[in-house]
Amino acid sequence: MTELPGDLLYTNDHEWLRREDDGTVSVGITEHAAHALGDLVYVELPEEGQDVEAGGEMAVVESVKAASDVYAPIAGSIAAINEDLADDPEKINQDPYGDGWIVRINVGEFDEGELLAPDAYQALLDELED
Amino acid sequence: MGSKTPLYESHVEAGARIVDFGGWDMPLHYGSQKEEHHAVRGNAGVFDVSHMTVVDLSGPRVGDFLRYLVANDIARLDSHGRALYTCMLNEDGGVIDDLIIYFVGDNDYRLVVNAATREKDLAWIRKQAEAFDVDVVERAELAMIAVQGPRARELAAPCIAAEYRDSALGLKPFHAMQAAGWFVARTGYTGEDGWEIMLPAADAPTVWDRLLAAGVEPCGLGARDTLRLEAAMNLYGTDMDESISPLEAGLAWTVAWEPAERDFIGRAALEKQRENTGRQRFVGLLLEDKGVLRNHQRVVVEGVGEGEITSGGFSPTIGRSIALARLPAGDYDRAQVDIRGKLLDVRIVKTPFVRSGQVRIDI
Repeated sequence: MTELPGDLLYTNDHEWLRREDDGTVSVGITEHAAHALGDLVYVELPEEGQDVEAGGEMAVVESVKAASDVYAPIAGSIAAINEDLADDPEKINQDPYGDGWIVRINVGEFDEGELLAPDAYQALLDELED
Repeated sequence: MGSKTPLYESHVEAGARIVDFGGWDMPLHYGSQKEEHHAVRGNAGVFDVSHMTVVDLSGPRVGDFLRYLVANDIARLDSHGRALYTCMLNEDGGVIDDLIIYFVGDNDYRLVVNAATREKDLAWIRKQAEAFDVDVVERAELAMIAVQGPRARELAAPCIAAEYRDSALGLKPFHAMQAAGWFVARTGYTGEDGWEIMLPAADAPTVWDRLLAAGVEPCGLGARDTLRLEAAMNLYGTDMDESISPLEAGLAWTVAWEPAERDFIGRAALEKQRENTGRQRFVGLLLEDKGVLRNHQRVVVEGVGEGEITSGGFSPTIGRSIALARLPAGDYDRAQVDIRGKLLDVRIVKTPFVRSGQVRIDI
């Protein structure tokens, strides 16, 4: 497993968030999550403009092994979806923090205190390893 | 911690993700299940199937015993070395297990049954064998390696002792031979050519290393499942169990009705079922939309009724999702599957989906 990117925030459900220059927040699943799922074969995406609640189901990622819900880490509305995933869901395996992004969310202010900094997420992963 | 096969350390060394499978610590994949799948369809892959249960039967009445024990008829095996796929049934016609029987010698047969059903199978076989005075010996000391794919035999042949190599390469499909303590069979569970090799546990790691060095891809249980699903080969416990007969699981071809006077366990129950024209269908499904069919999803046939997917997944060869399903009786070729509350269209297709590297259905 490669080192966690230091400029992201994380959730207990193994999602990551990045504040983009345009103010939206990109969301994807972590390398740990992608690795645990195995090769991804299908991603069910929300509609652009759809409102999402924090902790609500937002997308579904399906691997050769199983289907898994992706939860919205923060409330907002879907600003963009990664349409490349329709034909190439394995981008999530190959580049989970880059080309494998899943959605961008329009948000106002949100409480970053509810999310995990890289060191806190790393501690969670270390616990799972034991 | 589960049981470990003689190849456990080899799996860890090859970077396997280990999972529990019926009490065994087995490799799920070694990095990419899809790449392993494609390797078997296009080149060669090797599976550790040492968890499977090998049972040797012997005795002067072993032939009579097997003709009573299983639904297919070992009298069809007309020469030593031939193999037969069959189900072992209970009195109600339900499947206790599916197995392969090898005809080793006039008084000797070898059975390969599933790992997860080992104890109940052995108990059932031993109980039924008493009346026939047949010796039942489990060969837990043997490892079993399946090397599968269009180049599997060519790449694995150098591992076989030189004096047996040509004979092994000359084996026809569903034939097997002994080779100095090894047992080489041209059988498998992938829909590709290849061998299943039973060998002493101590020999297994060396053979494994040689196969990998020859370019054979190590493959885990994940790829084994997608390959067998594409080949439309049933998985015990998923596509059939003790409440399902072979007639309800697409395995009518493995029931030998003739000769009519042969009595086998479950025959009376099967004969009753056979007369019932309202029997459920067991079919292949192709998902027309994007998405993934999964085990236990509900299948809706408009105006007819409902059924269930018994095995579903993504087909790496076809690039679409496929499934095996048990559906209500009737004449129809379309249905819908309930995926997270949405009804998606599926088409009923003739299986296998894929065999010998080729897609066999219309997409």
